[in-house]
Amino acid sequence: MLLRHTPKEITERKALTVNPAKTCQPIGAMYASLGIHGCLPHSHGSQGCYSYHRSTLTRHYKEPVMAATSSFTEGASVFGGQANLLQALNNIFTIYEPDVVAVHTTCLSETIGDDVPQIFSKAEADGKIPEGKYVLHANTPSYVGTHVTGFANMTKAMVDYFAKSKEHKENRINIIPGWVEPSDMKEIKRIAGELGIRFIMFPDTDNVLNGPQTGKFTMYPKGGVTIDKLMETGGSRGTLALGRLTSGPAAHALDTKCKVPCEILDLPIGIKATDRFVDTLRKMAGVNVPDSINIERGQLLDIITDMQAYFYHKKVGLVGDPDQLEALTEFLVSIDMLPVHIVTGTKDKKFEKRIMSLTEGLPCKVNVKSGADMMLFHQWIKNEPVDLLIGNTYVKYISRDEDIPFIRFGFPILDRIGHSYFPTVGYRGGMRFLEKILDALMDRQDRDSSEIEFDLVM
Amino acid sequence: MKTASAVIFEERKDQIYRKGDAPFDIACNKESLAGAVSQRACVFCGSRVVLYPIADALHLIHGPVGCAVYTWDIRGALSSGRQLHRLSFSTDLQEKDVIFGGEEKLYLALTELIDRHNPKAAFVYSTCIVGLIGDDLDSVCARVSKEKDVSVIPVQSEGFRGNKRAGYEAACKALFRLVGTGDTNNISPYSLNIMGDFNLAGEIWIIRDYFKRMGIEVVANITGDGRVDDIRRAHGAALNLVQCSGSTLDLAKMMEQSYDIPYMRVSYCGVEDMTESLYAVARFFGDLRIMERTEKLVKEELSVLYPKLREYRKVLAGKRAAIYVGGAFKAFSMVKTLRLLGMKVVMVGSQTGTREDYLELEEITDDGTIIVDDANPLELSAFIKEKDVDIFIGGVKERPIAYKMGVGFCDHNHERKEALEGFSGMLNFAREVHSTVMSPVWRFVPRRAEGGTGNANN
Repeated sequence: MLLRHTPKEITERKALTVNPAKTCQPIGAMYASLGIHGCLPHSHGSQGCYSYHRSTLTRHYKEPVMAATSSFTEGASVFGGQANLLQALNNIFTIYEPDVVAVHTTCLSETIGDDVPQIFSKAEADGKIPEGKYVLHANTPSYVGTHVTGFANMTKAMVDYFAKSKEHKENRINIIPGWVEPSDMKEIKRIAGELGIRFIMFPDTDNVLNGPQTGKFTMYPKGGVTIDKLMETGGSRGTLALGRLTSGPAAHALDTKCKVPCEILDLPIGIKATDRFVDTLRKMAGVNVPDSINIERGQLLDIITDMQAYFYHKKVGLVGDPDQLEALTEFLVSIDMLPVHIVTGTKDKKFEKRIMSLTEGLPCKVNVKSGADMMLFHQWIKNEPVDLLIGNTYVKYISRDEDIPFIRFGFPILDRIGHSYFPTVGYRGGMRFLEKILDALMDRQDRDSSEIEFDLVM
Repeated sequence: MKTASAVIFEERKDQIYRKGDAPFDIACNKESLAGAVSQRACVFCGSRVVLYPIADALHLIHGPVGCAVYTWDIRGALSSGRQLHRLSFSTDLQEKDVIFGGEEKLYLALTELIDRHNPKAAFVYSTCIVGLIGDDLDSVCARVSKEKDVSVIPVQSEGFRGNKRAGYEAACKALFRLVGTGDTNNISPYSLNIMGDFNLAGEIWIIRDYFKRMGIEVVANITGDGRVDDIRRAHGAALNLVQCSGSTLDLAKMMEQSYDIPYMRVSYCGVEDMTESLYAVARFFGDLRIMERTEKLVKEELSVLYPKLREYRKVLAGKRAAIYVGGAFKAFSMVKTLRLLGMKVVMVGSQTGTREDYLELEEITDDGTIIVDDANPLELSAFIKEKDVDIFIGGVKERPIAYKMGVGFCDHNHERKEALEGFSGMLNFAREVHSTVMSPVWRFVPRRAEGGTGNANN
């Protein structure tokens, strides 16, 4: 049963979202906040919001996710949430002792019209923010944008609140990794390290949401960018922003505020995007690409060469967030696969244009829509079946109903592990992605082949 | 890590009681402190979890997309037939809807969904924002009801109106609108409704089977594997059985008042409570044959169960358990169940327990046991450490905290994967407890790294 409720015939829907391919801003803001060292994210709204975000992030990462809430009640909804936020800041700094509290708003506090900066000023004046401790905030109304917007807004807030202008620029670059996994952030840092580059990454959830088993529960794991480093971003010679939507706004803000020029690239998923990433890093820092990185590139290329027959013209359906999908589409086209149905829940005009240009010349019709849902995606698949599905855990219903192999990629992944430990960015991440694609396709071939055709060597 | 007393808010001290320290006293049913990392959720969450398992009804969430996404098929409430409840429907309110109102959108969404899915009824959930912008849910629902000849029921579940318990009440009010609208002919005088069971992992099927063997008709499941038409005739039952801490208690009370149906609070968890619940039902009907069948059933089940339980008891005797659940009622059964396994309960708490609940907990626990209302992760981790706990029983947000501390965990909440109710469920529970308490992984974990008790090799 399940999604067999989905009719094949596509009709226009204006008022209804079925099986969303997105969620609301605050969870993105919470995830970004966790990439600051010693930070307690704070949801300025009612208790349910943050409980849901914590639960979802916990299910995705299998790690404790700490956050606080203003616990709005009926009274706060009438008289405004100032008293709640003031009390919350006081309680948080007294008991939980974070270095910084990152407040994000919700549909409730936005509609009431709470002015968070003004509340911060009051808290400061009342001595509720201890010496050496910090607050920041992002406006993240749930009825504007999506989780992607929330991540971008909180990342930009890090610049707005902390970046300090410096006349003299250090030989160092800022890397904004975008909404990727902690494993991806770690990989991006590793590659920059291989090139011998000095850099500051923010946000950085490596070692926060992929921490080791230590026998101890700690509210503030070791990872995350420190406030000191965030302040120094204004004195870097350049910013490399990965992901147009998730990192672009922060990079532009840093340029405007501190005159740090920026390059905005795709997420480094796949060979071409990683080439651009490595090349830009090299130019910005004025270094040479070491052999170690060239070897990795060659290995990725080797897999593509060896297994080309298995990729050839396989049709793929993709659901996810714009930054991920743009990079992934390019990757799939570059290995001779055919991404034919591409859906994101995040509305973005440039997205559709970009995908059309990336898929130009493919020997098939490509369906792409931003601001769409998984019901439409499913309908497209019913009308034009594919060989492989790539998306978050919710795609598993479609995979089962239509009996199509499925790779989990994106957010959230509620039913598998690996994403927080093994990257999909960089050349090595590309190798892992190909391994996953080949496993899925070849397992299916083994399953479906007759006993006579069943092949040992593939 | 800080000691327990250092992590407890001054304002929360009266919500924590140590048995034997002083005469029993605990504060509860308080609003959570702003800024506390409470494990609680909101009104909408409460309503959603209660109504969601009704599988042939439409569940439309009127609000920004997040509320629908975070409650999309997360509870594992199984259905033996239609699975409409596993889809996610949202009006996905945008900024312009917040300004101009979302009533028209709601109307369109509802009519489209009813035309497509032909549901037996539709529940429309109100969220924070809808409460603020003042959409008239009642009138839209009434209009669609009339036009489509389907019961369309508004659920007043604005998140900020309280905690989960207020959501239970809103759900009960919604359910009560269905009750009394069906034909009650041909219902046996020996009949009942199962209330407050959500058929996680198929549990209600176990319980229904017991009543069948006792010769008792189950009129309606409220709400696990629930059907609208059954609920419509629920007022024809002779008895309401209420499980869980009050999620459906309000409905039972309303039915008692309006239809003179008595209710009985029961629990299907653990041998003692399961047996007592069945006997209580048999006694209620006062029929000798039913009593004989009940005795036979219990005897049969126990003769299979006890020898197997004995094996687990041998290994688990003396191990220490901590319990933190949503509603306190479940904790009673847990305490008794763990005792049957020879284990000690050293901490027990709930998100939404009442004074009566805690009084009963105080009666059935040993001296020194910590009883806590609306705890937060710091407190929980301090208690785990202080009491040197071997297993923590809780929900999604507690699991990674326990694991990080090197402590076993059992989900007795939404994410249970095996039936834990009934006699067969007791065996499953024992096996789950055994699997995690005795897991070989603890041999490798630097358990309680600081000030450890040296039992890492147990």
